[in-house]
Amino acid sequence: MDVALGLAHRQVTVLFKNPSLFIPPMLFPLMNFMAFAGGLSRLRHVPGFDFHGGYTAFQFVFVLLQSAAFGGVFAGFGIARDFERGFARRLLVSAPQRSGIIAGYAIAALVRWAMIAVVLTGVALVARMKIGGNGVDLFGLYGLAIIFNQVGLLWAAGVAMRFRSVQAGPLMQTPVFMALFLAPVYVPLDLLRGWIHAVARLNPLTFILEAGRGFIQGEPTQVALAFGLALALFVVFAVWARTGLRAAENAG
Amino acid sequence: MSRSDEGIEAIGLRRQFKDVEAVAGIDLRVLPGEIYGFLGPNGAGKSTTVHMLTTLLPPSGGRATVAGFDVAKQGAQVRAAIGAALQEAALDPFLTGAEHLRLQASLHGIRGDERKRLIGQLLDRVGLASAGNRKVRTYSGGMKRRLDLALALIHDPSILFLDEPTTGLDPQSRTALWDEVGRLAREEGVTVFLTTQYLEEADVLAHRVGIIDHGRIVAEGTPGQLKAQIGKPTVEVVPESPDELERLRELLRRFGAETAARPGAFAVQLEGHGALPEVVRALDTENLRAAQINLHEPSLDDVFLAKTGRTLEGAEEE
Amino acid sequence: MTQQIWLIARRSVVRTFRQPGTWIPPLTFPLMLMAVNSNGLRAATHLPGFPTDSFLAFFLPFSFLQGALFASGIAGVDLARDIDTGFLNRLALTPVRGSALLIGQIGGAVGLGALQACVYLAVGLIAGVHIETGVAGAFLILLLAVLIATGWGTLGLWLALRTGSGEGVQSQFPLLFFATFISSMNLPRNLIEVTWFRDVATINPVSYMIEGLRSLVISGWDTQALLLGFGFTLALIAVSLGLAGRQLKVRMART
Repeated sequence: MDVALGLAHRQVTVLFKNPSLFIPPMLFPLMNFMAFAGGLSRLRHVPGFDFHGGYTAFQFVFVLLQSAAFGGVFAGFGIARDFERGFARRLLVSAPQRSGIIAGYAIAALVRWAMIAVVLTGVALVARMKIGGNGVDLFGLYGLAIIFNQVGLLWAAGVAMRFRSVQAGPLMQTPVFMALFLAPVYVPLDLLRGWIHAVARLNPLTFILEAGRGFIQGEPTQVALAFGLALALFVVFAVWARTGLRAAENAG
Repeated sequence: MSRSDEGIEAIGLRRQFKDVEAVAGIDLRVLPGEIYGFLGPNGAGKSTTVHMLTTLLPPSGGRATVAGFDVAKQGAQVRAAIGAALQEAALDPFLTGAEHLRLQASLHGIRGDERKRLIGQLLDRVGLASAGNRKVRTYSGGMKRRLDLALALIHDPSILFLDEPTTGLDPQSRTALWDEVGRLAREEGVTVFLTTQYLEEADVLAHRVGIIDHGRIVAEGTPGQLKAQIGKPTVEVVPESPDELERLRELLRRFGAETAARPGAFAVQLEGHGALPEVVRALDTENLRAAQINLHEPSLDDVFLAKTGRTLEGAEEE
Repeated sequence: MTQQIWLIARRSVVRTFRQPGTWIPPLTFPLMLMAVNSNGLRAATHLPGFPTDSFLAFFLPFSFLQGALFASGIAGVDLARDIDTGFLNRLALTPVRGSALLIGQIGGAVGLGALQACVYLAVGLIAGVHIETGVAGAFLILLLAVLIATGWGTLGLWLALRTGSGEGVQSQFPLLFFATFISSMNLPRNLIEVTWFRDVATINPVSYMIEGLRSLVISGWDTQALLLGFGFTLALIAVSLGLAGRQLKVRMART
């Protein structure tokens, strides 16, 4: 725990001393939110668009989850940089409990994302997003996002620890990007056609996204499945990250 | 043999960057065919001076001519007459050595067979004939420096600027570069303006040395002249038997004034280099056996110390 | 001058294509997005007033623009590297003119833009897109796409000259991407519901670049759309060239 908290403190300090590190993970979700909610709102008039919470809320859920996932991925970039600069090696030598290292990065990723989530939520409220859900629903929505953030971090951490270079950045980002965009981003699942419908049906993120949208409009749906999938992803990628750490240890 | 009638001249050359006066009024003259060493610590103004003389930076004041052309008003003519290998190797990692030379030659208006011949010749001369078709990112530091030199020479300039050309090179590469620079001046009459922070480099290569500190020239002359201004050589002798130390003292005092020495040794300052053989002869005549004889020459660092109150190494730590 | 432009451009093209890690993602990422969006937004074609029943045909022009943005990033980063390594100083010591240097440096972006345009068009045609303006229109699409790459490429050069570093160039890119997002990339302007978004998209020159290309694909010969598309693109080239030229004089302060 000491290792985790110590490392998390360091990461958060670095973040506060370099505000520019906030900008990319903040900017992209905001841009997407504005572009999608602003530019595509007419899609709610497509026959069969079965979401009553307004298009802003519809897109907010996607963007929130996207920011959570990429918040984790950007933290993974930081891990790769730490390896390149030798800091991670020092950590490996000095940390009594090495799994605390992953926990430390995870806490820092969560803190960073929490700040982004506050900004995003603020912008959405200013844009008059309708919230149909109650406190429990919102707790569920943000709870899903938190797990998602950690999943993103664990995936990126596993990659970072295996490659130990920022050149692995695209490898961290691209699968997450694809997984997100192969879900019902612009319209509900039932309005997708063709191969993308088939893929989205099998994509675990679809269930998480739809559950999130259910929460925000106050009509929770597939909650157990969504949380089950999210936690399953968490476990899978925790193993991925832990084995990545072992690979880094063995590399010396 | 001089290839150009004109060398380099600067009068009151200045360069100001906002609050910092990087070059505070430099007067210098480099004769055609001469190797001029410009020595000083980091931040002294060496590279800024080179940038002005090579027209990359307009001077804030004063004037300078290179190959007879004014650096501020006749930039294009200056550039046609000079070659420069600046502090960074300035190479494109994705081009081959030959491609670099081809581009450089073409931009200087060299075409066709002449260009091809020159490229082959230069790659050969700098020892890169077998690496010419490899991308520069596969080159070692020494190879990059050699290519840099070849690029500076492709258009047969009469004046060559080398800005810290051997920084970061291993001793072998450094010596090879020195040999080539010496040959250029000696056999082809190229005027060389060489900046360096290595005393040995200035000592070995340069006909004359200018020492710069805080943007001003603090000393100028041949290495020998500068060192002679500062001091005389010192000889330190350690007798084979400690009992002989007193006799040694009496003998050595004949050759010069006593000076600081290690415990168990005795040192005097000689009048000149010619005195050393006499010292050795005297030791032999008096049957005084020496375990060690050390001759210490004043160095350019001693010159720098005398002129600025600190050593070149000390200056870098500021 | 022409010879100098050719020499610099040749180098720019050669080194761009010798970095596959740099140009493959800009080539493939817009294709991925095209695949995802053309299916993910297919429902939009059911909106009354949507100009075509193929969202792929509607979205294809945006891929050219996105490709051009990536190409401009590459041009900017490459020039920033030249500044950083001192290679720009090396070129400054030759007789090369500043204008030749600038125009030649865009070579890489133009080459990549041309390749991208051919690939996207080919993929679109294979996927069943019908070009309303036929073969002549297809050539015009390629021409406009290359000009768009030139305009954005020059903007990338300006950023490089201004910031002097690859990181500086890359840090500006989110803003440029943002400019493409607030446009008619996903829906025609008349179908954008949110007033502020529609207004911004209406004054955003990117919308007209997309619409110029789009008109050739789905509308047929639309003089107004073409004039606006080409006009804004040429204006972008002119403005960027002016900015970059001025910044080059500052950066390359040779006498």
